[in-house]
Amino acid sequence: MKILVPVKRVVDANVKVRVKPDQSGVELANVKMSMNPFDEISVEEAVRLKEKGVATEIVVVSVGPAQAQETLRTALAMGADRGILITADGPTESLGVAKLLAKVAAEEQPGLIILGKQAIDDDANQTGQMLAALLGWGQGTFASKVEPSADKVAVTREIDGGLETVELKLPAVVTTDLRLNEPRYASLPNIMKAKAKPIANKTPADYGVDLTPRLTTLKVSEPPKRSAGIKVKTVDELVEKLKSAGVIA
Amino acid sequence: MSVLVLAEHDNASLKDATLNAVSAARALAGFAGGEVHVLVAGSGAQGAADAAAKVEGVSKVLLADDAAYGDALAENVAPLVAGLLANYDAFLAPATSRGKNIAPRVAALLDVAQVSEILSVESADTFTRPIYAGNAIATVQSSDAKKVITVRGTAFPKAAASGGSASVEAVSGAADSGLSSFKGAELTQSARPELTGAKIIVSGGRALGSGEAFTQYIDPLADKLGAAVGASRAAVDAGYVPNDYQVGQTGKIVAPELYVAVGISGAIQHLAGMKDSKVIVAINKDEEAPIFQVADYGLVGDLFQLVPELTSKL
Repeated sequence: MKILVPVKRVVDANVKVRVKPDQSGVELANVKMSMNPFDEISVEEAVRLKEKGVATEIVVVSVGPAQAQETLRTALAMGADRGILITADGPTESLGVAKLLAKVAAEEQPGLIILGKQAIDDDANQTGQMLAALLGWGQGTFASKVEPSADKVAVTREIDGGLETVELKLPAVVTTDLRLNEPRYASLPNIMKAKAKPIANKTPADYGVDLTPRLTTLKVSEPPKRSAGIKVKTVDELVEKLKSAGVIA
Repeated sequence: MSVLVLAEHDNASLKDATLNAVSAARALAGFAGGEVHVLVAGSGAQGAADAAAKVEGVSKVLLADDAAYGDALAENVAPLVAGLLANYDAFLAPATSRGKNIAPRVAALLDVAQVSEILSVESADTFTRPIYAGNAIATVQSSDAKKVITVRGTAFPKAAASGGSASVEAVSGAADSGLSSFKGAELTQSARPELTGAKIIVSGGRALGSGEAFTQYIDPLADKLGAAVGASRAAVDAGYVPNDYQVGQTGKIVAPELYVAVGISGAIQHLAGMKDSKVIVAINKDEEAPIFQVADYGLVGDLFQLVPELTSKL
């Protein structure tokens, strides 16, 4: 079975983003960029399925600026076999990306597509579900366990009250949640080897997809600031403060 | 403009997240004097539909009662919603794990760009929503003819659960897509309130050191306060508690009256999930911990001494 893994280049999870003074967006110049953490979990899951002999080939695909090639190289160093870079300058929305991925899926015919449940930049949490809809496939979102068999995959999902398990007909779309696995670090020899792995360069026009955004960002502002309160010295003082604030009886 | 809201329910009753979404829907419908309808898709869901009919501001309830909708499978529910939306201008779902699973599938079926987790309705086509874990707030305008939206519950008040008298109308869709089936659930059993609806939350972090410490220190304090128990992502990653305890950008977004953070340093991703709480208390041995920058009352010291003392003095 071939597995397709879409990956996104985003601001590194440890960077505290700053809103630009003109409110046109957040400051992205000279900011460390990395693979979206949920996408690392997707790559790791695909590599584990290959190590178990379930997957035969892992294709990673990224839609973004030319530098997204680095993100693909990271995925190749983790164990993916080849990459597809669809260069798109300017903003991308989940719907447009899902349309591109549906075209890639039609070409590549994967048995499983594994995506991160959300990207930590726009926090949309949409692409996997939209892709499944466009392909007419089943979706196992927010996965904490993925168990493929011959023509089905059982996906255990993180839901509000606990866990639930659904069974999907293959091919299917899975989106990953935090506890699915712990992604590996690429070893130096594998990073070197990844440089020789092929990456195909494409454009949205090659797939006939129009990425024109449907949403216009009018402004980006700072969230309301919460100011620090006071330090209390003792538990008694804390209890007294909470009583006078009326939050405990 | 007429708005359809997806009900969050367990067939027998309506969940509170529905009430927050109804408030957002009323704000949106208000821009053009339209109606708010609620869709209850379930199996044996008359109870939930009757409850939805009593919600203030709801003028009609659509009940799609079929075994195929009983487990809220997105593959079955999304085409039903997409079909019904021929008669509506907007679809709103609570940003719960269920709403987040279904709404984007609806959006793609209708070729609409979804607006996720809105915090406010600015006009009939303009909304605010958090990006970068809530470190920035984007104001976005949708050019799609129909809107597909998920609603962050903590940003909208709950509509009154009584006072309405909507009619209930049966609707049907294609039912079973044949793409997926429900195999079972392991729901966390707890006598405590649900995290997203709780008035008081006690959360523990990695400093607890073990799942046993949660049971020994966090649970008694929560029980004394009648509180729900939450956790930081670090505590979940360390395996101390299940993932559905997680408060933060990648977990649950909460805004209780009182939030007590025990042994939580206050990573950006955790703050994103709780900083709208009314009163925040932090107990941490590191006085430089970022959690103190958002806490109303900070107590610096050893949680293993302070928490039992606090529990005994309440």
